[in-house]
This record gives sequence, C-alpha cells and structure tokens, in this order.
Amino acid sequence: MAEPQSHWQSEGFKKRLRRRNAQERRFRRLGIAAVLLAGAALAMLLVSVLSNGWRAAFRTEIALDVDFDPETLGIESPSMDGPTEIPASADFGAVLRNSLLQTIPGVEGRAAVRELVALLSRGASADLAARLRAEPALLGRRERLWVPASDEVDLLVNARRSDPASTPSTRLSEQQIGWTDALAAQARVARRFNSHFFTGGDSREPELAGIGGALVGTLLTLLVTLAVSFPLGVAAAVYLEEFAPDNRWTRQLEVNINNLAAVPSIVFGLLGLAVFLGLFGMPRSAPLVGGLTLALMTLPVIIIASRAAIAAVAFGIRESARGLGASPVQVVLHHVLPIAMPGIVTGTLLGIARAMGETAPLLMIGMVAFIVDVPKGFTDAATALPVQIYLWADSPERGFVDNVSGAILILLALLGLLNGAAILLRQRFEQRS
Amino acid sequence: MIGSSPETLPAARSLRAGSSVSVHRNRARRRTQRWVERGVRIALFAASTVAVLVTIGILGSLILETLRFFGLVPPSEFFFGLRWSPQIALRADQVGSSGAFGAVPLFTGTLLITAISLLVAGPIGLLAAIYTAFYASRRMRAVTKPTLELLAGVPTVVYGFFAALVVAPVIRSVGESLGLDVASESALAAGLVMGVMIIPIISSLSDDAITTIPKALRDASYALGATHSETIRQAILPAAMPGLVAAFLLAISRAIGETMIVVMAAGLAANLTPNPLEAVTTVTVQIVTLLTGDQEFDSAKTLAAFALGLTLFVVTLGLNVIALHVSRTAKLRYG
Repeated sequence: MAEPQSHWQSEGFKKRLRRRNAQERRFRRLGIAAVLLAGAALAMLLVSVLSNGWRAAFRTEIALDVDFDPETLGIESPSMDGPTEIPASADFGAVLRNSLLQTIPGVEGRAAVRELVALLSRGASADLAARLRAEPALLGRRERLWVPASDEVDLLVNARRSDPASTPSTRLSEQQIGWTDALAAQARVARRFNSHFFTGGDSREPELAGIGGALVGTLLTLLVTLAVSFPLGVAAAVYLEEFAPDNRWTRQLEVNINNLAAVPSIVFGLLGLAVFLGLFGMPRSAPLVGGLTLALMTLPVIIIASRAAIAAVAFGIRESARGLGASPVQVVLHHVLPIAMPGIVTGTLLGIARAMGETAPLLMIGMVAFIVDVPKGFTDAATALPVQIYLWADSPERGFVDNVSGAILILLALLGLLNGAAILLRQRFEQRS
Repeated sequence: MIGSSPETLPAARSLRAGSSVSVHRNRARRRTQRWVERGVRIALFAASTVAVLVTIGILGSLILETLRFFGLVPPSEFFFGLRWSPQIALRADQVGSSGAFGAVPLFTGTLLITAISLLVAGPIGLLAAIYTAFYASRRMRAVTKPTLELLAGVPTVVYGFFAALVVAPVIRSVGESLGLDVASESALAAGLVMGVMIIPIISSLSDDAITTIPKALRDASYALGATHSETIRQAILPAAMPGLVAAFLLAISRAIGETMIVVMAAGLAANLTPNPLEAVTTVTVQIVTLLTGDQEFDSAKTLAAFALGLTLFVVTLGLNVIALHVSRTAKLRYG
C-alpha cells in the first residue's frame, strides 16, 4: 500500500489552489481594467475636446481687391488735409459687393448677388470700416485685403482640406459652392490666423465671436473672489487653529465649514441671487456679484487648506517666539503665518482654480447674458469663460463647435497653469521642511 | 513691538536710564499693544463667523422663498404631484394656465441619472483604488494617481460639452443600429459622463478608507495563507466598509448636486420613466431653467426654483452628515 499523500499534495488541494490562483489573477486584471477604463475616459475626453481646439485660432478669409471709392462709400469730398471723417452711413457693403462682382464676373440678378455676398461674413463690412479708420490714406485707393468669410464657407473649406472631393451638408447652394471653388482656384481663399478670437467679445456669428470678453470677465470675477476669500479664509483658519477655545461653538463652527464645502455650487448661486441681487440690489450679470458668490463657495476650501498648513508648523516655533517675549498675535503674524504661507497659497490656488471652472452659480446671477462688449469694470455686465463655453455649446449654429473647443483649450491651459503653480509651490515647500 | 523695545539694550544702560520717562513710554506702548492684540483677535473671530453667516444666509433665503412658494402651491402637490409643467400663463383663460408643480418626475430623473453614474463610477473607482493601493508598482502609481486627479480637475462644463456633443450622438447611433429608440438627450449619456466625473471622488475616498486599515489585519490574513484578493475581499473590504459607504454617500451627494452636465446633456421634459434611453430632467436642470431668462421675482415659477434648491440642499446636507457620522464610527474602531 502506498504511503498516504500529504494533505497539500492531494489532487483536491491542487485543484483548489489552481482555482484560487486563477481567481487572484482575475481580480488583478479587473483592477488593471478599471484603471485603464478611467485612463481611456480621460484620453477620450481630452482628445475629443483638444483635437478641434486649435482650429478656433484660424478662420477662413477671402482675398478681395477692395476699391475704397469715396463715391461708392458715400463719403463726400475726401479732404486732403487732416483726418477724414468716416460717417456711420458709409456703405462698405457696396464696396464689398463691387469687388466680389469683379472677381467673379457674370453674376446677374438681385437674388444671385445676394447669394454671392452671403459668402462673406456679416462682419466683413465692419472689418473694412475699422481698417479704413485705422489707415485713412486707403480712401480712394485699391487694395488687396483679406476679409472674413461666412461660417458656412468655413465649414466647406475645412471639409475640402481633409478630402477635396467631399461636399459637407452646409446651407450653401450649388452656385455658392461653385463660387467658393472659383475663388479657391484663384488662391483667394485661405485659413488665416484669427486674432479677433482672442481679443473680441461674443457675437451671433461664429467667425466673429471671440473670448476676449469672457477672459476679462473671468479675470475680474476671480480678482473679487481672491480679494474676499483669501483674507477671510486665512483669518478664520488662524482663529480656529490658534485662538479658538475648545468648546461647543468651535466644534459647531468646524462642522459647519466642512458641510459648507460639500454644498452643491448651484445652491451658492441661489444664495447670490437672493441676497446680493434680491436683498442688496447689486447689478445683475456683474463680475462683482459673480466674484462674491464664488468667494463664498471658495471660502471653506481656503479655510480647510490654511488650517492644515498652520497646524503643520512645528510647535517649537511658537514656544520659542513666546519665550522671547512675543505676544500671541505676534507669534502668529511674525512666525507661524510666514512659515505656513506656501501651504496656504497652494490651497488658495487650488480653490481659485475650482472657482475658475465653475459655471452653475454664475448662471443663477445672470452672467449668461449675450454680451458683445468687453467689460471694463467690476459692475459692467460680463460673462466668464466657462459660461461662454456653455453658451456656445448650447448654440444651434454648427460653426461654434470650433469656438467651444478653442475656449475649452484655453480654460484647461489656464487651469493647468494654476494647478502647476500650486504643485511647484508644494514641492518647494516640502523640500524646505 | 516688544522685540525692539529698549529692554533689549545692555542691562547696565537700562538700569541707569530707568527714569520715569522710559517706564512711562513702555507702559503706553504696552497699552496700545494690548489694544492691537484685542482688535486682531476680534477681527479673526469675526472672520470665522462668516462661514456660519453663509449657512444662515443659504437657509434663510431658501426657506423664505420656499414658504412663499408653498403659499401658492401646497407642499403636498410639490412633493407628491406627478406632473411638472411650470409655464406661466400669458392670459388667464389659457389652457393649462395654472401650471403644475409636481416635482416627483424631477426626483426620479435625478435618481435615474445618479444611479447610472454610480453604476459606472462605483466599480471603476473602487477597483482602481484597490489596484493602486495593493497591486500597482511605484511607477504604475506615478501614472494612475495623476490620471485620476486630472479627471477631478476638469471643469464640469467641459464634461457637459463632452456628454452633449460627443457621447450622446454615439449612444444614439449605436442605439439606432440596434433598432432602439434613443432620445437625443438620453439619461444614459448624462449618467455615463457624470459617472466618469465621479470616479476620482470614489477612488480617492475609498483609497483613504482602505489604507487606514491597520497593516496587522492584512498580515494576519496573509499568515493564514490567504491570497491578495482573498485578503482584500474578506479582510480589508469588510473592515473598511464604513469608509467605503461614506465614500459612496459623498459621491451620490455630488451627483445629485451636479448641474452643468445635466443642463447640457439631459432634457427639459419631465418624463416619469425608468428607461435610461429616454430624456429625463433633474432638479438642478429645472432650477437653471426656471431662473435663467426673463423672470419676475414673485411668480410661482421662480419661487419653485428656491423650493427645489432647498430640497437639494437638505438632501445633500443629510447625505454628508450621514457620511461624516459613518466614517467617524469607522475611525473610532481602528483609529
């Protein structure tokens, strides 16, 4: 009779072990799959947003030989000396029409001419007017100029660039597509850098819309946010860490701050609407109100981060300072705060970054209005970068997709800058301590 | 400033000059110092009360407007009514001029989208946290952690754009090729993308919950011959359960209060349906819709937004308080 096998050499044991090891591998693979899925989601998000983003920096323009004829413009007797007054009634549309008709001969009839002019952006004549104002010497001269094309032409040109034979579904007629091709054959159509996108305000026309106004609005809003939430947040953190007695009120305060940090942002918007607009009667759509609302939202973030930074300051620092005769306030202001400052600034940067990407509270206080002008002050009607993204994304006009991607690209770049600064600061701080 | 006061001068000189003048000056200085001291303390205390004032402001304004709303629409209709159509009447005799403020379709819509997002984020977030905590090499961790942090840093309006213009059309075309009828603003699209947004919340909070479990527990399990996965599933996860529950509760609270994704990707029609392929609306979407655009401050329409806001505030606050309580009991056990 063979000797009985050891327990761990029995067939049953080996089978169980194989099963358990297989289970282990499966579990591990599940973990990897989860991480990969999260990574894939991020990659898809970024690629889909960023792949079109750069296109917003360019727009399709058409080169025309523009004849700044005073007669067509309706400007009487160009004076030889001094700056020429260009009246608002000057008919730049007629000038554009003439040059288009010269470039593409044989267009007859009012309807056809209207279709031809529709190739150009509605902002083309304003563009010409601005150019003539900047350079009055152009009056009476003939100049080859690039003027913006309509967003439909832009769509067509974009599609043709990747596949020359393609005809995307645009609102352009057969005739208009033919004219565009004729212009392109004369090398009069090109995608050119669109500086207006970075400096201009909003517009109903995608090719004329810019994020300049939204950028200034965001800047003004965040300045208010910073000016309110940083001092208040740091002061509250100092009080809670250094001076607050350990009693019920203090504990309630702490719980309150933690809860406030988890309140949905839209509720802060409702607060802003009811208190700042309703109770105090502040102006709607103003960066001042937006900034205050975001400041209340950011406050708990800054308090929590500052408390952590202050608590991390070695206790010996406080005792040494006290021992040398510093008062409690002096200990904090001269010794604890300077040492904790990098941590506090890091937390503040992260809080401001969060406020910068916030949209919902700003919708509540009316920063969603259609605003063409770049805001000049804290009480001007303004919009902010994320709100501008929302507005464009919601617009039925297809041309805005490029603008949205471009605006998102810039928003993400700004956020990256803020977060990068915070990370750098944290690293330097860690090296020192 | 005491540090630069004459007391730091050589002792002999201060003794010789111990005249009434310098004593007097010191006393005056100390008095101002005391005033400064007291003033700074009061200012610091005042700053700390702002947080409480904000809470009072939120509660006060929401409750006030909600009470006015309940003066126009009875609470029973708001909380239990099944029809939501808050149009304002242009003429008194118009059809449907009264408007209906039954918020149940909004609650179910919110729950549907939240449930979808948790189905996505729950497994992915938890497994990702387990993988990074137990399996990942240091190099792997250097990749996974920043990836998850990046997901957390993307503004919600960007997620909304992604949901509305990228995910929703894909779901629609896939659904159509399968012969399904998919709404262009389906709950599925909004829920999926919201799930991606929630992943980092669940993974970082679960990571905290898992890693605070004492190493002795893990070692004991290994010593008994358990594999990694057996240790995790049978020893670590049960021990970390309160922390994990708290993580999920906080994630639910975030999902309920999320606004931009649903505003951009979910619909406006208040459908009472469990079908994720249909369009549903949520509490936050309706708040935004009711309050943007032309508004008069006293109509039931605008006041309804505050009633919805109060509901949202109470629910999310409740979830946070429960989460805090649950995780505190966990700390008591192993802290």
